[in-house]
Amino acid sequence: MSVPMLEIRDLHVSVADQPVLKGLDLVLERGEVAAVMGPNGSGKSTLANVIAGKPGYEVTRGEVLFEGRDLLAMAPEVRAREGVFLAFQYPVEVPGVGNMYFLKQAVNAVRAHRGLEELDAMEFLSLVREKMKLVEMPEELAKRGVNEGFSGGEKKRNEVLQMALLEPKLCVLDETDSGLDIDALRVVAGGVNALRDPARSMLVITHYQRLLEYVVPDRVHVLAGGRIVRSGGKELARELEERGYGWVQQEAGA
Amino acid sequence: MANETLERLARSDYEWGFTTDVEQDVIEPGLSEDVIRTISAKKGEPDWLLEWRLGAYRRWLTMEEPHHWARVSYPPIDYQAIRYYAAPKRKKQLESLDELDPEIRRTYEKLGIPLDEQKRLAGVAVDAVFDSVSVATTFKKELEKHGIVFLPFSEAVQKVPELVRQYLGSVVPQGDNFFAALNSAVFSDGSFVYVPPGVRCPMELSTYFRINASETGQFERTLIIADRGSYVSYLEGCTAPMRDENQLHAAVVELIALDDAEIKYSTVQNWYPGDAEGRGGIFNFVTKRGKCLGRRSKISWTQVETGSAITWKYPSCLLLGDDSVGEFYSVALTARRQQADTGTKMIHVGKRTRSTIVSKGISAAQGQNSYRGLVRIQKGADGARNYSQCDSLLIGNECGAHTFPYLEVQNPTARVEHEATTSKIGEDQLFYCKQRGLSEEDAINMIVNGFCKRVLKELPMEFAVEAQKLLGVSLEGAVG
Repeated sequence: MSVPMLEIRDLHVSVADQPVLKGLDLVLERGEVAAVMGPNGSGKSTLANVIAGKPGYEVTRGEVLFEGRDLLAMAPEVRAREGVFLAFQYPVEVPGVGNMYFLKQAVNAVRAHRGLEELDAMEFLSLVREKMKLVEMPEELAKRGVNEGFSGGEKKRNEVLQMALLEPKLCVLDETDSGLDIDALRVVAGGVNALRDPARSMLVITHYQRLLEYVVPDRVHVLAGGRIVRSGGKELARELEERGYGWVQQEAGA
Repeated sequence: MANETLERLARSDYEWGFTTDVEQDVIEPGLSEDVIRTISAKKGEPDWLLEWRLGAYRRWLTMEEPHHWARVSYPPIDYQAIRYYAAPKRKKQLESLDELDPEIRRTYEKLGIPLDEQKRLAGVAVDAVFDSVSVATTFKKELEKHGIVFLPFSEAVQKVPELVRQYLGSVVPQGDNFFAALNSAVFSDGSFVYVPPGVRCPMELSTYFRINASETGQFERTLIIADRGSYVSYLEGCTAPMRDENQLHAAVVELIALDDAEIKYSTVQNWYPGDAEGRGGIFNFVTKRGKCLGRRSKISWTQVETGSAITWKYPSCLLLGDDSVGEFYSVALTARRQQADTGTKMIHVGKRTRSTIVSKGISAAQGQNSYRGLVRIQKGADGARNYSQCDSLLIGNECGAHTFPYLEVQNPTARVEHEATTSKIGEDQLFYCKQRGLSEEDAINMIVNGFCKRVLKELPMEFAVEAQKLLGVSLEGAVG
């Protein structure tokens, strides 16, 4: 049995001195796509942010191992270069910085860390064109500032585009379906599916099972009250959709 | 996380803070008519110029130092404690660069000034002002071929006195303001440029100012005249060694563009900004003004201001000629405890005159940054147009940005547009960049350069690269 991609043990996290995660355990195998579902305020986004290393989240107990190594000891940019990718729920705008330039800087930072040569302008251009097709992104968006004036759907496409370019090992998708209409959802899900790979693991965080119709998970975990209270196969998602979260929370005493 | 970078980099040194050990010919600190006579005599000036200086001094004595309106604060300046003249000692007139004091040469090399003949290819002619005297002017011959006069100011007084006399003080009168009057009385040296009719100056002209001697004020004077249909691009760079006390820099720059002439004036100012506690640093109180005297003339100011403890300057354009154009592109960065009150004045007098103002203010650490700009459309300026854009970027929670636009429109056919934004580099932006693998420094540089892009692209290529580097260096450790 190989080392899991991600192993979280007894994770306790506080935000502004308020405990949010309270003993979370989770294992994500190499190549596995797992969904983390849960009601609002259960700690889903906290989990995503802690994995990526966002400031303001205090780990009070427990550990997070990425390919067997201590993830929490790494700076956020090192995590990214090592292959941890977070598709943001609310991607940030960076005015005046060309999207293309930003993508190239990111790709080359990650490549340098992996001991690969930097891509020159032409190589990068052909790479980005190819990946843009994946998310049906108009070229015009590559010329604008990073997420500047993008619609909600365009921002999410841009996230998946970056994911495709950076070729991460672990993808964390934080509510990637939020704010998308059905067509945009289909496009984004198509992009995500194209990136499924035996060497790549995904943690799909969502409130609704809608996205999971398109990105079908291998496992589903239910997060409630700061812990994983139930795990199962993809059918668990449908069950949650039909019955709501109340019954799992009751059963778990959460 | 951000704090570590901050502290490490806040300790990093001002890279240009070396001093040069050369024998200086200085006069004792203090200001009086005698001091002015001494300066004038040392330069072998004609009587009319001495009288002009004395006239300015008498005006200055009646004026009050302006600190009621600008948003800067500093302790009172003791004008009797300042040394008004310091020149490297030399025995005779230099014939070529080889005769230059090797110590001075090394200083310039550290600064990266292209004095060497091999740099001819770079196409930059340099008039280097070391404290008060221009020590070397390169590329004279090439320029002479085109009839272009590019001289240290004191030499121009000797060689082209009629041009100097005609235009000196014609844009910035002696009594224009307190610091301009002081400069007019004691100005030490500077650059003089005259481009004859129809000549397009074949290279960028460049002056590099550096303050070396302690307790020395630098009062250089620049006068550029572009005759009919000519074009000149002038670059100015500034550095100073680190010193605990404050040093005063009160320069005057006058530009005159005749019919169809164009002057492009670019500044990268990196005077010593003082330390993180606000000790030392240059007081940069400068008067820069251009007169678009001719029809269809154009004057364009581009400035990147990253240094000085206090910056007080408003490069302005008097648009007299019909269809003349004024431009002001500015990046002002205040970090540490720097204060900047800077902007421009666009005075529209001629018909269909146009002006553009793009100002980008960046405040970090405890820096205070103010944009102050006046757009005045006079009665006769039919069809005048102005577009102003003033953006501020804040980094951290202890800095400040302020915008003071003044509009005076006296002609109903004028069109004036003003846009202003204030934004902040947030933790969220930084985290987003880091999550994509970028280091904090790269992320900040990228965001700042993105913010300044509109201005940086106005700079000549080599200068733009240097300016980008400077912005990076000046911001090191600025995020907390």
